[in-house]
Amino acid sequence: MTPAMSAADTAPKTYAWEIQATGLKVRAGRKKMAVDGLDLSLGTGTHGLLGPNGAGKTTLIRSLATVLRPAEGELRLCGTSMSGLGDLRALRRRIGYLPQEFGYYKRFTVREFVEYMAWLKEVPRADIPAAVQRAVERVGLADRADHRMKTLSGGMVRRAGIAQAIVNDPTLLLLDEPTAGLDPAQRLRFRELLQELGRDACVVVSTHLVEDVAAACSDVVLFADGRLVFQGTPEDLAASGGPEYPGDSPLERGYSALLHTSESQGGTW
Amino acid sequence: MSAEHASHSSHASMRLIDDYARGEAAMAADTVWALEAHLETCALCRSRLATSVATEAPGLAALVDTVRAGLEPQLDAAVTMPSRRYRPRWVSAWLTPVMAPWLVMTVAVTLLALLLDAAGPPVVFGTASPMVLIAPVLPLCAVAASWSRGLDPAHELTASTARAGLPLLLRRSTSVLAVVLPALLVEGWLTGAMTAAQWLLPSLAFTSMALALGSVVGVTRAAAALAIAWGAVIAAPAWGTGRVPVVLRPDQLPVWAALFALGIGAVIARRRAYSVL
Repeated sequence: MTPAMSAADTAPKTYAWEIQATGLKVRAGRKKMAVDGLDLSLGTGTHGLLGPNGAGKTTLIRSLATVLRPAEGELRLCGTSMSGLGDLRALRRRIGYLPQEFGYYKRFTVREFVEYMAWLKEVPRADIPAAVQRAVERVGLADRADHRMKTLSGGMVRRAGIAQAIVNDPTLLLLDEPTAGLDPAQRLRFRELLQELGRDACVVVSTHLVEDVAAACSDVVLFADGRLVFQGTPEDLAASGGPEYPGDSPLERGYSALLHTSESQGGTW
Repeated sequence: MSAEHASHSSHASMRLIDDYARGEAAMAADTVWALEAHLETCALCRSRLATSVATEAPGLAALVDTVRAGLEPQLDAAVTMPSRRYRPRWVSAWLTPVMAPWLVMTVAVTLLALLLDAAGPPVVFGTASPMVLIAPVLPLCAVAASWSRGLDPAHELTASTARAGLPLLLRRSTSVLAVVLPALLVEGWLTGAMTAAQWLLPSLAFTSMALALGSVVGVTRAAAALAIAWGAVIAAPAWGTGRVPVVLRPDQLPVWAALFALGIGAVIARRRAYSVL
């Protein structure tokens, strides 16, 4: 059964980019400016957000998920401005978010957890059971749907997290390190899911696994020290590296070449 | 598929399909096998088989319909197996699992106060029942636990959803008050040490002030600050002197009512501030 179209589905799109940031600055904690003057426009597709540890990926994703407010600059998500105390309800219904370390209620079953998240996201009450079943099946957890969360393995918990992120069919899907803890077979399956989702939504996947980006993303955003270093296709990224840069694949060499030119004063690792 | 049966190199012949549709007993087993393997992958031949069945074996369609008609009432009556649930759906809308221990603890504290009240020698406590001293701030603890970054593991997930914000906070506060206030009422009535008028309005005033301050510093911090302030400024001296504190006398009720209204007003004025914590 396919759900009926709602007014929101047929409404004309009044924005050019799902994510549009100009001079965006976001604080992590009290002092550190983790995102420091970012200009970025992302539309429909799967975008890989790459960057070294401490580059500000998580802070950026959290601000895109409307958990953090921008300190300065302009951030527009699906046409809604994030500055000021606007009403975020309508925007948040269209967001799916998987935090890097996501907390959950251990006593909930997978179905109860995804159902609860669907309720929080204001999925219409009548659509919830079907939407939950679909989301759970898409991440391959249908056989464990009625098991409690605390009995699941790490990879299964992460898949349950992905299920709750996609349960409301988001326009803007933000996944922070979604492949951590997945075994190789699950990662392959997950890449397929990413490509599928990227066809009609703006998917942002933060990762530091370059091969995930190569396989699943239509677009790469390289991010270091709170600033944009590179934005382009995976092929462009591969083309920026030469054999003189460290790395086992063209993409890795491109990654290190671009980071080398914008080398930070961070640790030697 | 053997060549003599195929009119086209990659599809089954119409004669073969017709034989198959009639269920021709003379067909060789390997031919049937090859044909079925081909039908599984070829939509064109499947559609030719469908038309062939209609013309060559009309009895077949009738047979399938009869079987279907017999099964249909049973299929309609069959219900899908319900999923295993540990709690009704509406419970999680009002109460998160992490709030339950806090609620139990709050109710346990009122029971403890009741015991103290019943067993405590009057010389120590004087006319100030411990119930009266803790009742105004008790609901705060549970309200604080209901909207807290540190105590709620799913806080990060909740904070990004459409329902996050004042409506959810009020929902959870209401469920806390619905458990704690009746417990206090019953115990106040049992001990006779305090009338509802004495503590009900102050506790509501405290809760509304905590929510109002919470929009600025976070609900947990606001509740903790208010509870500590109450303990240090009012409860501890009252404990020492053994008299019911001045602020809890009936003639102070208008002040509490004003504070309650002020808190509610501030919460409404800052309703947008709760969506980000």
